[in-house]
Amino acid sequence: MKEIHAEHAELAGEFNKDEDRVDWHDETLWWIRAKRDKAVNQLPEWERLRDAASQIKDHVLGNLDTYLEQFEANALQNGVKVHWAANAEEHNKIVYQIMLDQGVLRMVKSKSMLTEECHLNEYLKEHGIEVIDSDLGERIVQLAEEAPSHIVLPCIHKKKEEIGELFHIHLGTEKGNSDPQFLTNTARIHLREIFLTRKVALTGVNFAVAETGEIVVCTNEGNADMGAHLANVHIASMGIEKIIPKKEHLGVFLRLLTRSATGQPITTYSSHFKTPQNGREMHIIIVDNGRTRQLGRPDFRNSLKCIRCGACMNTCPVYRRSGGHSYHNAIAGPIGSILAPNLDMKDYADLPFASTLCGSCSNVCPVKIDIHQQLYKWRQVIVKEGYATKTKKVSMQVMSNTLSSPTAYHLAGKMGRFVIKYAPFAVNNRLNPWYKQRDLPSAPEQSFGEWYKENRKKQ
Amino acid sequence: MTVGLFVPCYVDQFYPGAAIATLQLLEKLGVDVAYPANQTCCGQPMANSGFEHLTGDCNALFIKNFAEFDYVVAPSGSCVLHIKEHLHHPISEKIYELSAFLTDILNVKSLPAKFPHKVGMHQSCHGQRGLHLSQMSELVAPQFSKPGSLLNMVEGIEIIPLDRIDECCGFGGTFCVTEEAVSAKMGVDRVDDHLKHGAEYITGVDMSCLMHMEGILKRKGSKVKVIHLAEILNGE
Repeated sequence: MKEIHAEHAELAGEFNKDEDRVDWHDETLWWIRAKRDKAVNQLPEWERLRDAASQIKDHVLGNLDTYLEQFEANALQNGVKVHWAANAEEHNKIVYQIMLDQGVLRMVKSKSMLTEECHLNEYLKEHGIEVIDSDLGERIVQLAEEAPSHIVLPCIHKKKEEIGELFHIHLGTEKGNSDPQFLTNTARIHLREIFLTRKVALTGVNFAVAETGEIVVCTNEGNADMGAHLANVHIASMGIEKIIPKKEHLGVFLRLLTRSATGQPITTYSSHFKTPQNGREMHIIIVDNGRTRQLGRPDFRNSLKCIRCGACMNTCPVYRRSGGHSYHNAIAGPIGSILAPNLDMKDYADLPFASTLCGSCSNVCPVKIDIHQQLYKWRQVIVKEGYATKTKKVSMQVMSNTLSSPTAYHLAGKMGRFVIKYAPFAVNNRLNPWYKQRDLPSAPEQSFGEWYKENRKKQ
Repeated sequence: MTVGLFVPCYVDQFYPGAAIATLQLLEKLGVDVAYPANQTCCGQPMANSGFEHLTGDCNALFIKNFAEFDYVVAPSGSCVLHIKEHLHHPISEKIYELSAFLTDILNVKSLPAKFPHKVGMHQSCHGQRGLHLSQMSELVAPQFSKPGSLLNMVEGIEIIPLDRIDECCGFGGTFCVTEEAVSAKMGVDRVDDHLKHGAEYITGVDMSCLMHMEGILKRKGSKVKVIHLAEILNGE
């Protein structure tokens, strides 16, 4: 059962009660956007790289069946065990079964948005399995019992003082110490013990190369490598869309990924996993979970090109001022708002409306997903499927009738201006969300139409 | 060449000055321009709210009003973008936002305008990212600005720099009321950038963004004013 939660506007309203935090969140993410701008402007071929990546992904999405089979055949050849999961539940069961087969109750896991989407941690916890997230940001939100608020920067909503307090409570550091270097070192020592003692490590997958059957995992902390190299069993979970045809295509995607994400030329670790070490096991779980349904929607198919860089979040003026948790989905921001309605249209009906359609997301997207166009299209689908509120339906019908009739329009305009001029209390009140923080325009004596009739028609 | 003047509904009702300036500017440049009296709206408020299926009658009225003209010109990037993207009619090929019409069709090279003030230029998203009126900060591409090149023809004007040259003001149509908190915060931040750099006026191609920022400025008690691009270009 899903918990009942408020909609984006309400959650964002809560976030905005602390304006200093909003400013800090906005400025931190804008700083990353600026770093991204600086990095991409050093590559004169940047826009051609984006075109190439978009076209490669187009080709992959059009031939996904072939490439998935090729990938599976090569991975099997490499000695990897390949599993197919139609949905989140199947994925979680497969992971649990591997744990049972190994007879272990503890797992270390590096960053994987897919496992967030599948709610793997909660599932395993219910089945008595302990999961420790090894990405520093994810470990922090895990200690806070929260979900990541950003796909690349999971604890971007937390200030260092709050992290110091969490470490004090959970890792026994001295109270009041929030020195970043001290905290990072504490996490390092804490995680080192985890890496050395966990026999199963789960990682995400950034790219799965069809021609070789290998996977590529990108991290800055080397935590995926530490986990996978020290464990007896490496489980890698991937969505079906992670496929790229050839190894040489990494030359396009690895150049785009981190420049878009953080402004770095490349991730510190771009690790290739191909064959299990002697006496060890490697499992790859290939997950659909609604992706083939999205593939079948021509308007939204391109959303599957996403390489999870988070650039659309960093640039989004709404995300920066509403925080990742206001999207109540594993993936927040603009990309989350076009992916989520595919998973549950009713539950995520609010997300495509959490945008001004400014279009900045589509411009930073390294694989050129038309994100803001898809937000607009999801709005149409959501309303047609009946998920608009009744008040909205009525007001839109009234608006449509007024704007379709010049007589009704001119009358409504006259009345509107009259009200603002002579009865401002009718609109300047707490019931009008505009008026809460903004004044209304002053009503002119006449509309342009009336002015034109007087000043031009006679000529 | 005949031009039909399309005046967006909220400009007609609340900012007739922007429409008068547009009309006078086009007349001054020798354009045969007329204003069809039965026009109402482009239909965008419904469509952006997810009710594009209710815009049929509104679209039919728009086509009826403007089909006869060689060009349709409007002092708004947002409404023009909506017609271009969603009307699905040949009319969307001949509709222009004012600054694009002046630079691309009339090839205006000079204007007799004077405006001795410090002005902040707000890049309205739909005009900029939708109609490509100016280069976008996200892309690696040569700089240009159609409204900027026109403002440069104005005597005495000083365009102030901004920290964030093309961030959205947060208006977003019905977004401004459905997402009140975020919308207002975006507006406050955008206005602050202009104020910080000493703007006396904030201008742009879309009165809707300017209306939003004006609402914030007035609430602050600021003396800084918003002014549509056409009013500066038409000033003498």
